[in-house]
Amino acid sequence: MTMEFFINDILYPLLNVVGVLVGAIGFGAVTIWIERRMLGVWQDRLGPNRIGPLGIGQVVADMIKIFFKEDWIPPFSDKVIFVIAPTIIMCVAMISFAVIPITPEIGVADDLNIGLLFFLAMMALGVYSALLGGFASDNKLSLLGTVRAAAQSVGYEVYMGLSLMGVVMLADSFSIRDIVEAQEDMWFVIPQFFGFLVFAIAGMAESHRAPFDIPEAETELAAGFHTEYSGMKFGMFFVGEYVGVVLASLMMAVLFFGGWHGPFLPPLVWIFLKTLFFVLFFILVRSVLPRPRYDQLMAFGWKVMLPLSLANLVITAGIVLAMAD
Amino acid sequence: MINVFWSQLRSLWGVLKHTFTKPVTVRYPEEMPYYSPRYRGRIVLTRDPDGEERCVACNLCASVCPPDAISLEKEERDDGRWRARYFRINFSRCINCGMCEEACPTYAIQLSQDFEMGEYVRQDMVFEKEDLLIQGTGKYHDYNFYRVSGKAVEGKDKGQAQNEAEPINLTSLLP
Amino acid sequence: MEAFTFYLTSAVTIVAMIMVISRTNPVHSMMYLVVSSISMAVIFYILGAPFAAALEILVYAGAILVLFVFAIMMLNLGHESVEQERSLLTPGIWTGPSMLSVILLGVLGFIITGESPQSPATSVSPKEVGVALYGPYLLAVELGSMLLMAGLIGAYHLGRPLLKKD
Repeated sequence: MTMEFFINDILYPLLNVVGVLVGAIGFGAVTIWIERRMLGVWQDRLGPNRIGPLGIGQVVADMIKIFFKEDWIPPFSDKVIFVIAPTIIMCVAMISFAVIPITPEIGVADDLNIGLLFFLAMMALGVYSALLGGFASDNKLSLLGTVRAAAQSVGYEVYMGLSLMGVVMLADSFSIRDIVEAQEDMWFVIPQFFGFLVFAIAGMAESHRAPFDIPEAETELAAGFHTEYSGMKFGMFFVGEYVGVVLASLMMAVLFFGGWHGPFLPPLVWIFLKTLFFVLFFILVRSVLPRPRYDQLMAFGWKVMLPLSLANLVITAGIVLAMAD
Repeated sequence: MINVFWSQLRSLWGVLKHTFTKPVTVRYPEEMPYYSPRYRGRIVLTRDPDGEERCVACNLCASVCPPDAISLEKEERDDGRWRARYFRINFSRCINCGMCEEACPTYAIQLSQDFEMGEYVRQDMVFEKEDLLIQGTGKYHDYNFYRVSGKAVEGKDKGQAQNEAEPINLTSLLP
Repeated sequence: MEAFTFYLTSAVTIVAMIMVISRTNPVHSMMYLVVSSISMAVIFYILGAPFAAALEILVYAGAILVLFVFAIMMLNLGHESVEQERSLLTPGIWTGPSMLSVILLGVLGFIITGESPQSPATSVSPKEVGVALYGPYLLAVELGSMLLMAGLIGAYHLGRPLLKKD
C-alpha cells in the first residue's frame, strides 16, 4: 500500500464522509440557535444571549440538559418500536446528505445516477418516524398526530416529486451533480419558478415545520406524535427536524439556485450562503404564518399544489421537446 | 386565491422589516426596565411627616385582602392613639392586587416598585412589622392622619385640625 | 464482492419475509415487510436496475406500506388479535404451504444449478427505462393509466359528500 493510495482511496473518502456528516449535524445544531435568535429579532425581543458569545453556547447547554434528563419509556408502549422511531428520522436525514454534491470536490455519492430519486425515497421513508413514534406511544394525542403526519407526508411527497421532474427534464439527468453542472449559465429557479414554489412548500411540509406543524400542533395535540418522548429520544426528533430543515434548504440551493456556482467566492462559501439564506427563509416563514386547519392543508395540497406541479411538468416537457427539435 | 398569496407575502415583508427595530425587552438583571410609580410590588408601611407610624390598626386592609395575607392586632397607646401590636404580611400568599392600599384610610400601607422577593425558605416570605416599616412617607409626603381627622388626641381637640370644621353642638338648637 | 452483497441482502430479505409471516403483532410484521422491500431495492440495485430500486422504496416502502401501517394502526388491534394470530400458527396450518414452498425451492435450485447464472453486465439507466416504457410498451402504460383513472374515479365516488335531500 503506497502513500498515494492511502491518501486517495482511504483518507480522502473518509474525510469526505465524516466532513459531510459532521457538517450536516453541526449546521443542524447551529440552526436551532439561529432560529431562536432570529425569532427573537423578528418578534422584537432578544432571544438566548447568556451562554457564550451571542448565546451560541445555548445549543451545547440544551444538549447537556437533554442528555441528563430521565429517558422514560411508557410502560404501556410498544417498547422496541418506541426506541426505533426517533432513530429513523436521524438516519434518513443523514443518509440523504450522501447524494448531494456540496462542492465539486466534496460529496459522498453525489454522482449516483438516481440521486434525486434516492433523495425522494429517503424523504418517503422519513414518514415512518412519525408513524411508528405515534403508534408505539399508545396515546390518543400521539395517534391523532400520527394520522395527520401520515396523510400530510404522503400527500406532499407526491408534489415534491412532481415539482422536481421539471428540473430533471431540463438537466436531462437524475444525478444531482449533473443538475448542478447544468445550472452554470442559468439557475433553474428562472425556468422552473413554479417548481421551486411547490418544492419549497412541500419541503416545509415534509420537515413538519411551522406553518405545517399540524402533526405536532401544540395548541391542539400537546406535542403530537412525540408527546410521550423525553430525554435524548425527544432530542433526536428535535435535531432530526432541524437537520431536515438544513437538508431542504440545501436541496433548494442545489436544485434551483445553482449549487456551488457563483462569482468571486469559493464554492463552499457560496453553497453555505445559499443554504443559510433558505434556512433564514424557513425561520421567517415560521415566525410569520399561522398554522392552517387540517382540511385547509389537504385542500390546498390537492387543489392547488397538485394541479400547479402537473401543469408545470406538462409545460416544461412541451418546451423541452420543442427546443430539442 | 391571489389575495390569499398576497396577504401572506405582505405579512412576510412586514415581519422582515422588524429585523431593524429595537427589541422591547432588556437584559434584566443588568438593565432594569422602567417601572411606573404606580407599580404594585412589595408592600411597605409608611410613616407620617413627624416620623410616627401611620397605621391605626383599623383592620380594613386585612378584611379586604383577597388571599388573607395580612394579619394584625390593635393596641392602644397611652396618648389614646391606636397602633398595631404586630403587623404581619405573608408574601407567599400576597397577590399584589393593591386592594389594601385602596382600603387604607391613613395611607399607611402602600405598594412599592420592588419585586425581587425570591427566598429559599418559605418562612422568610412572612414579613413582620419591623420588616415592613420604612422611614419615609411613601407616595404622600404631607399627609398626616391625625391633623385632618375628627379625633381628639394629645395637643389637639376635635375641630382644630387642618381643613376641619368645628364639631356640631348637639345640645343647641341653633344652626 | 458483488456476489457476497447479493447473497447477504437476499438472506436479509428471506429472513425478513419469514418474520413477516411468523410475527403475531401486525405492526411488527409490517416493519419486517418494510425491511424486506428495502432489501429488495438493494437487490434491484445490485442487479443493475437502479430506477426500479428507487421506485421500490418510493412506491412500496414510502407510500403503500405507510398506508398499510396506517390502516392497521387505526384498527387498533389489541391483544385479542395477537392471540388469534397465535392460534393460526399451529403446525397443521403451515405445513401444507411450506411443503409447496419446498417443492418450489427444489425447482429453483434445479434451474440455478442446471444453467450458469448470467451476471448482469449492463446497468439500466432511468432514461432507458423511460424510452422502453414509452416506446414498445406504450400500450401497457396506457392501459395501466386507464386502470389508475378508474381507481381514482371509484375512490372519489365512494368518498363523495352525500347529496342533500331537499
